[in-house]
Amino acid sequence: MATLAPPAPAVDDRLTRIWETPRGIGGMLSTVDHKTIGKRYLVTSFVFLVLGGVEAAVMRAQLIHSNLRLVSPEVYNQLYSMHGVTMMFLYASPVLSGFSNYLWPLLIGSRDMAVPRLNALSYWIFLASGIFLYSSFLVGQAPNDGWFAYAPFSLRPYDPGLNMDYYALGLVFLAVSTTVGAINFIVTFFKLRAPGMSVNRVPIIMWGTLTASVAIIFSLSSLTVACIYLFFERRFGMHFYDPAAGGQPLLWQHLFWILAHPWVYVVVLPAMGIVSDVIPTFARRPLVGYTFVALATVATGILGFGVWVHHMFATGLSEMSLSFFGAASMVIAIPSAVAVFAWIATIWTGRPVFTTAFLFMAGFIILFVIGGVSGVVTAAVPFDWQVTDTYFVVGHIHYVLIGINVFPVVGGLYYWLPKMTGRMLSERLGKWNFWVMFVGFNLGFFPMHISGLLGMPRRIYTYPSGLGWDTANLITSIGAYLFAVGVLLFVINFFWSLRRGRVAGPDPWRGPSLEWSTSSPPPPYNFAVIPTVRSAYPMWERPEQREEAGKEPSQLDRGPVLDQGRETVGTSSLDGEPLAVLQMPSDSYWPFLLAFSLLVLFFGLLAPVWALVVIGGVGLLVCVIGWLWPTREERELAMREEAAA
Amino acid sequence: MTTAAIATELPRDGRGRHALGWWGMVFLVVNEATFFAYLLFSYFYVASAARGTWPPSGSPELKIALPNTIILLISSGTMVWAERGITRGDQERLRIGLLITFLLGALFIVLQGIEYGNKMFTPQSDVYGSLFFTITGFHGAHVVAGLLMNLFVQVRAWAGHFTARRHLAVSNVALYWHFVDVVWLFVFASLYIAPRLA
Ligand code: HEM
Ligand SMILES: [Cu+2]
Repeated sequence: MATLAPPAPAVDDRLTRIWETPRGIGGMLSTVDHKTIGKRYLVTSFVFLVLGGVEAAVMRAQLIHSNLRLVSPEVYNQLYSMHGVTMMFLYASPVLSGFSNYLWPLLIGSRDMAVPRLNALSYWIFLASGIFLYSSFLVGQAPNDGWFAYAPFSLRPYDPGLNMDYYALGLVFLAVSTTVGAINFIVTFFKLRAPGMSVNRVPIIMWGTLTASVAIIFSLSSLTVACIYLFFERRFGMHFYDPAAGGQPLLWQHLFWILAHPWVYVVVLPAMGIVSDVIPTFARRPLVGYTFVALATVATGILGFGVWVHHMFATGLSEMSLSFFGAASMVIAIPSAVAVFAWIATIWTGRPVFTTAFLFMAGFIILFVIGGVSGVVTAAVPFDWQVTDTYFVVGHIHYVLIGINVFPVVGGLYYWLPKMTGRMLSERLGKWNFWVMFVGFNLGFFPMHISGLLGMPRRIYTYPSGLGWDTANLITSIGAYLFAVGVLLFVINFFWSLRRGRVAGPDPWRGPSLEWSTSSPPPPYNFAVIPTVRSAYPMWERPEQREEAGKEPSQLDRGPVLDQGRETVGTSSLDGEPLAVLQMPSDSYWPFLLAFSLLVLFFGLLAPVWALVVIGGVGLLVCVIGWLWPTREERELAMREEAAA
Repeated sequence: MTTAAIATELPRDGRGRHALGWWGMVFLVVNEATFFAYLLFSYFYVASAARGTWPPSGSPELKIALPNTIILLISSGTMVWAERGITRGDQERLRIGLLITFLLGALFIVLQGIEYGNKMFTPQSDVYGSLFFTITGFHGAHVVAGLLMNLFVQVRAWAGHFTARRHLAVSNVALYWHFVDVVWLFVFASLYIAPRLA
């Protein structure tokens, strides 16, 4: 129906019937609703954050004093390796996918992501690969060669257990999820924005996730190749990294860092996007320099490919390449600086409201500057030689990762959870939450720089007394536990809000973007009418502004209803000109079953039990065929069209 | 376009370049292309650092690989022919085109198997053997995947699922098939031709 009037309740009912997932276990396993998938991503990755935190807590208990032996060296190796793998791959990037999956369609006025079933698949594979990796603890053979798994230690002669097989297979498995998710984001960005939403009107988080997704498409295969080689070498006696047969241990390092350096941007750019979108709301003004921040985001992603070698300065490369990559690593600080100035200017010229979410963003800016400085100094090659493999680096990576990822994530949750649950979190507890995390974090991680400069190597399971490291380590451990308490306060606040929190209403913060025009939580179909967007801040358009500028206003409560099935508008890539009414797929069990088949297959490869490999493989094939085989409705539609033509 | 026109005048469902599924396939192909790029990067990296002659067993023979390359190229042509057929609504041409493409692809795999059998080295002998079999093996696996896709659309083609307006699955499979062919050209140039030029 081409209704132009504001939608009537009857229309809402009809849309609900079309888009709603039935309750119960069937609906749970088959839903393709991006909001459900987004929430699952958030919860699951938060669970992994806690698991990684528990591993860290054990490590910090061991290091709180010299000569402690709570855990054996072998267990310690597994702890820091799984901590790194968990935090980098199972928490930091999936949590941002959670935000993006939940928010994107709401931000761009669409009814779902571009490829909803792939979206479901990407979540199920993420979960399955996480279970796969963590099952290694059950047999006491978790990955134990650090998160970057350098060869030749990772090869079978030096590490004969299943540990590194879990690593190699687990990361290949997870890569499937990440790739599928990235494709979905890219297609959504370019095809599903509401009419009128040209690319210079999208929230910055979308630029962040888009850049991250492109980086994933171009670099993730590098790690996949590296892990496949590793697995083949360990399992089938091939030679890629083994120098005795002409292999190259450094090949692993190149392949690994070609992915892992851009990965840093994968886990920070969308988070920086969160900051860029939240700060304007509380500064009560548009972001200063929108275009520059968007361009800086993209530029960082591109430059990020050129600097992986800075992780290998200590491997004896030629001086030429050292200077090139050293310089490139310094240049990359420039776009970040642009973003920092934009945030500060926005706050400076705005009228900041000091909510908890705002505090987290402001705290982030401080940590970002500190982490950035300690990172730039490691781009200076001689300095890097001095601090490589010391706690200085451990301090640096945590400033970067916790500062740029965890703080915006928690702040972002304070901002958007009311949209997701319909209830406000406690601001009072929130302020405590922030200060405990902020103080705990600095107390815990700043002294690491000092213990590093005092020569404390990373990845040691204990240390003798009398080296002057005790005090710094004591403070570090205390700070780490304080930080953990801070995270716990957040969890408490969350559960408190679900029961007691004030009802949020559609727009508790007076936010600028489209998600605030829907109810909290939004209905299954997101928007009763597809909006038309004419500015970057559609919810902030005031009538008088429009007249001044002589601009057409955005239309949020009038527009096409599209209630003849699951439909949304497809638009042109740059200008958001409407091109087609797209039919979106219904719920389906295939994504879940496909992920499950893969899980069987990967366990088969690990064990190895070839029967399981065959079962998983056949399952995979059946799922793909079932998934792609057209439904009767699709067939009938084609027939009708054919008859009409 | 006015908002009223969106619901009434726009085509229902995107076809061709508007179809979301088509874009999904494009980026899948890009992703697979980078996968092969990194495989070949490793090959050149190891080759450049190798002591002694490279490849250790001399350049691989062209006796099978060259005809095989031609076979694969022809199969791309027949795929184009098949797809053009269905854009004009010609079911027969689609079915026959897909079938020939399938047979050519299968022939490629068989010949590749024969070449494997002739090799004097194994994946376990040294780094060259490992790289050679891994790279060509993954390419072979992609060809097999392409054959399975071909089979899938072929069954649908015989069941009369495709029309001149709706044949996205065919276009996707064709895109994938061309990609597999182009990748082979890179693999062929790197593994078979480059050592002869050095
Ligand atoms: C409660 C907060 C955290 C604490 C107390 C903590 C503590 C630690 C400790 C003690 C190590 C081992 C250092 C060593 O022995 O070399 C470590 C390593 C590491 N952490 Fe954390 N961490 C925390 C959170 C995070 C987060 C949120 C991330 C990422 C988003 C992260 C990423 C890493 C990485 C990548 C390593 C290197 C692992 C390796 O050496 O292979 N950590 N952390
Ligand atoms: Cu780096």
